Amino acid sequence: MAVQPPQVRILNFNEVALGYSPEEAIAEAKRCLNCPKAPCIKGCPVNVDIPGFITHIANGDFQAAADLIKQTNALPAITGRVCPQETQCEAECTLCKRCEPVAIGRLERFAADWEAATGTLSVPAPPPPTQKRVAVVGSGPAGLTVAADLARMGHQAIILEALHEPGGVLSYGIPEFRLPKTIVRREADYVRNLGVELRYDFIVGSVATVDELLNQYDAIFLGTGAGLPWFLNIPGENLGGVYSANEYLTRANLMRAYRFPEYDTPIARGKRVITIGGGNTAMDSARVALRLGAKESIIVYRRTKAEMPARIEEIEHAEQEGVQFQELTTPVAFHGTNGRVEEIECLRNELGEPDASGRRRPVFVEGSNFRIQADVMIIAIGQSPSPLISRSTPDLKVTKNGVVVAEPGSMKTSKKGVFAGGDIVTGGATVILAMGQAKIAALAIDEYLQTGSW
Amino acid sequence: MYKILDKQVLSKNAKMMVVEAQLVAQKARAGQFLIVRVDEYGERIPLTIADSDAAAGSVTLIFQEVGKSTKHMGRLEIGEALTNVVGPLGVPTEIAPYGKVVVVAGGIGIAPIYPIVHSLKEAGNTIIAIIGARTKELLFWEDRIQSCSDQLIICTDDGSYGRKGFVTQALKELLESDKGIARAWAIGPAIMMKMVAETTRPYQLPTVVSLNTIMIDGTGMCGGCRVELDQGWKFACVDGPEFDGHQVHWESVLERLKYYQAEEHLSTQYWESHSCQLEPLLEETQKHEPQNDHSRQNPHGCAATTGAHPQLQ
Ligand SMILES: Cc1cc2nc3c(=O)[nH]c(=O)nc-3n(C[C@H](O)[C@H](O)[C@H](O)COP(=O)(O)OP(=O)(O)OC[C@H]3O[C@@H](n4cnc5c(N)ncnc54)[C@H](O)[C@@H]3O)c2cc1C
Ligand SMILES: Cc1cc2nc3c(=O)[nH]c(=O)nc-3n(C[C@H](O)[C@H](O)[C@H](O)COP(=O)(O)OP(=O)(O)OC[C@H]3O[C@@H](n4cnc5c(N)ncnc54)[C@H](O)[C@@H]3O)c2cc1C
Ligand code: SF4
Ligand code: SF4
Ligand code: FES
Repeated sequence: MAVQPPQVRILNFNEVALGYSPEEAIAEAKRCLNCPKAPCIKGCPVNVDIPGFITHIANGDFQAAADLIKQTNALPAITGRVCPQETQCEAECTLCKRCEPVAIGRLERFAADWEAATGTLSVPAPPPPTQKRVAVVGSGPAGLTVAADLARMGHQAIILEALHEPGGVLSYGIPEFRLPKTIVRREADYVRNLGVELRYDFIVGSVATVDELLNQYDAIFLGTGAGLPWFLNIPGENLGGVYSANEYLTRANLMRAYRFPEYDTPIARGKRVITIGGGNTAMDSARVALRLGAKESIIVYRRTKAEMPARIEEIEHAEQEGVQFQELTTPVAFHGTNGRVEEIECLRNELGEPDASGRRRPVFVEGSNFRIQADVMIIAIGQSPSPLISRSTPDLKVTKNGVVVAEPGSMKTSKKGVFAGGDIVTGGATVILAMGQAKIAALAIDEYLQTGSW
Repeated sequence: MYKILDKQVLSKNAKMMVVEAQLVAQKARAGQFLIVRVDEYGERIPLTIADSDAAAGSVTLIFQEVGKSTKHMGRLEIGEALTNVVGPLGVPTEIAPYGKVVVVAGGIGIAPIYPIVHSLKEAGNTIIAIIGARTKELLFWEDRIQSCSDQLIICTDDGSYGRKGFVTQALKELLESDKGIARAWAIGPAIMMKMVAETTRPYQLPTVVSLNTIMIDGTGMCGGCRVELDQGWKFACVDGPEFDGHQVHWESVLERLKYYQAEEHLSTQYWESHSCQLEPLLEETQKHEPQNDHSRQNPHGCAATTGAHPQLQ
């Protein structure tokens, strides 16, 4: 699949990966063996009929491919782009053991993009309405999926979203060059065309509590994600120019600050930018910084590249674009003058014994303090669910880390009529896991609506 | 879209807008605020709910035209609409029968203090209100504050109305002469709130301030509104905006407010220059012009390049 060359793409916010041409797609599809047991499907949390849709592509029937995918996956243009396929569907592909797995994600993306390019989105006929109403809180991948599935079962789903655009992290977190926002809006439109209502500017926990919603709706799904950013809690973190990755990415993506002053929201354009962390969020931030004009974009990580939780492809893309990696380094303070950050002070680490996660624990080297100058610092060390909903819903069980407790087989919470799924239950995870949980929840909600038994 | 039902010019600096927002109006309580976006290009700006009418489903906003967003908002007329209005946000003011209390407001702060005074009065407090502005023309809502306070002291810096001098002077005299005051509130420019907190500190008078940090989402998701307090940080949008004024690290609050000064200036200039005098400035600074596929007419009908990179710092 063609990609924009690194030296070109760091000068724009356009998509890095350009997608298959029809010929490339057919050729790739023809590699699929159509395995009778289709092990690939087991690797997909939403059970896409992988050999089925690939066969349609091989036969040149792209619309049939798109329709088949959408039977189980309402957001194929998104998952085809951002799923960690190498650890999911493609990891199980029979061909994986022999040579290269079939590029399932790219084919999925191709089918979805092809359909979009035709200008029509085929929508299945609505079933007879059941008169049941479900409030879906949050329009991230979990919320969109639950709402789509409920609509296809004949229930009225109303998505209540705090922000002014749909998509959750897909809109505010993942940058334009990995996932164009027109695609997010297009997929959300598809969900709306299934009969789902989307309301923006609606913050559950402030404008209405979960208990108040229960008076108006027959069931509730909480898909509010893990939006609370973590900080390092070190001196100087409050200086101007020190951002949480959430703030940096929200300014750049949701608020389009890369097009300031055409768009009103500003963002600091650092000459040298340091991002702290080793996940997808850190890679995205460091790559956004380059596109905002940084001469140098440096990732500071306390372990080594081998332990980074980011997708390998993301790390590779970042490296190709010139992002530098400062491994085995722990920040201990920020320094600056007149309220603006100028330096980060760090300690060097060595790798010690493995910790609970099985990764070797970084150990400080005493007295190894050193400083790096930079005018923008981005903290991308993780996030947890916002306490907004749990604070206003005393009988909703949450763990110490703030994640909502839900039964894995049904996504039922401790509160009758309330289901939950996605990052609010798992903590920061993946789009497709959020969607997988949402599908489980949709089935359980349907059963609850029909039987009333909890 | 949120329709503008009424609009008034209150003073040289302050405009009032009544906006249709059914759900917010049912819920709004003293001390809470909204996030507003003027149009599709707009930033999300926080504005206090200065009043609300549950029956009419409307909220009242009062704003000072300081930069692009508030100036743009000031141009909108009755019948037009704001693109987004979200709220009510923030923790409501802790209203209780404290006894005798003092509320201090400076400039535009008179608007956000009004619902607090009103609620404090309803809770049976005796209220001394001190309101101030640079000059007489900038005062507004004297009647509203008067209607729910037991004593009203008005100050102007230039002496054009009421007492001459800062609100802190009047406050200090009050604290010297009256030892029975249980609590203080201060709303206004950050520097004024800092001075009020310093004035009450020696008297150990609990002093609540309402911080006007820079915000984006207003839902606790970005941490951009974080405030340094003695006991650690808090997010102004979900933990505040009211805090104990004696615990706030004011230097950091004041410095953070200044961080985007250069950008704010450019944003206002860009918006005001329908005639594109900014073109050369933008061109000179654009090193990495993104080749946007979605390049479209910019909202101002001028040909200024989109996505330019003003190197501001
Ligand atoms: C920068 C970044 C990059 C990532 N890259 C990838 C990737 O490449 N591949 C991948 O698979 N995963 C990636 N992830 C993780 C993935 O985005 C998340 O796991 C996924 O979005 C979770 O979906 P969700 O629906 O649970 O929540 P979210 O996407 O977080 O959506 C939650 C929604 O709920 C709304 N909301 C929150 N509180 C309220 C409230 N009180 N009332 C109303 N609405 C509310 C929010 O505004 C938001 O729109 C990335 C995450 C980040 C931050
Ligand atoms: C909880 C809260 C309640 C507020 N209530 C009111 C109110 O009732 N009336 C009122 O006039 N103002 C209020 N403000 C301040 C108001 O949000 C800013 O004046 C407004 O955002 C300025 O936007 P601008 O584009 O017009 O000006 P800009 O050009 O962006 O900035 C001008 C000045 O305003 C400050 N500012 C900039 N952006 C923000 C932002 N996003 N949030 C806060 N301050 C900012 C900066 O210090 C800057 O110096 C409140 C702020 C907060 C946090
Ligand atoms: S949804 Fe994700 S995991 Fe499932 S087939 Fe598509 S790319 Fe693979
Ligand atoms: S495992 Fe691989 S080859 Fe077999 S059906 Fe699935 S995609 Fe095709
Ligand atoms: S404004 Fe983003 S966390 Fe408060």
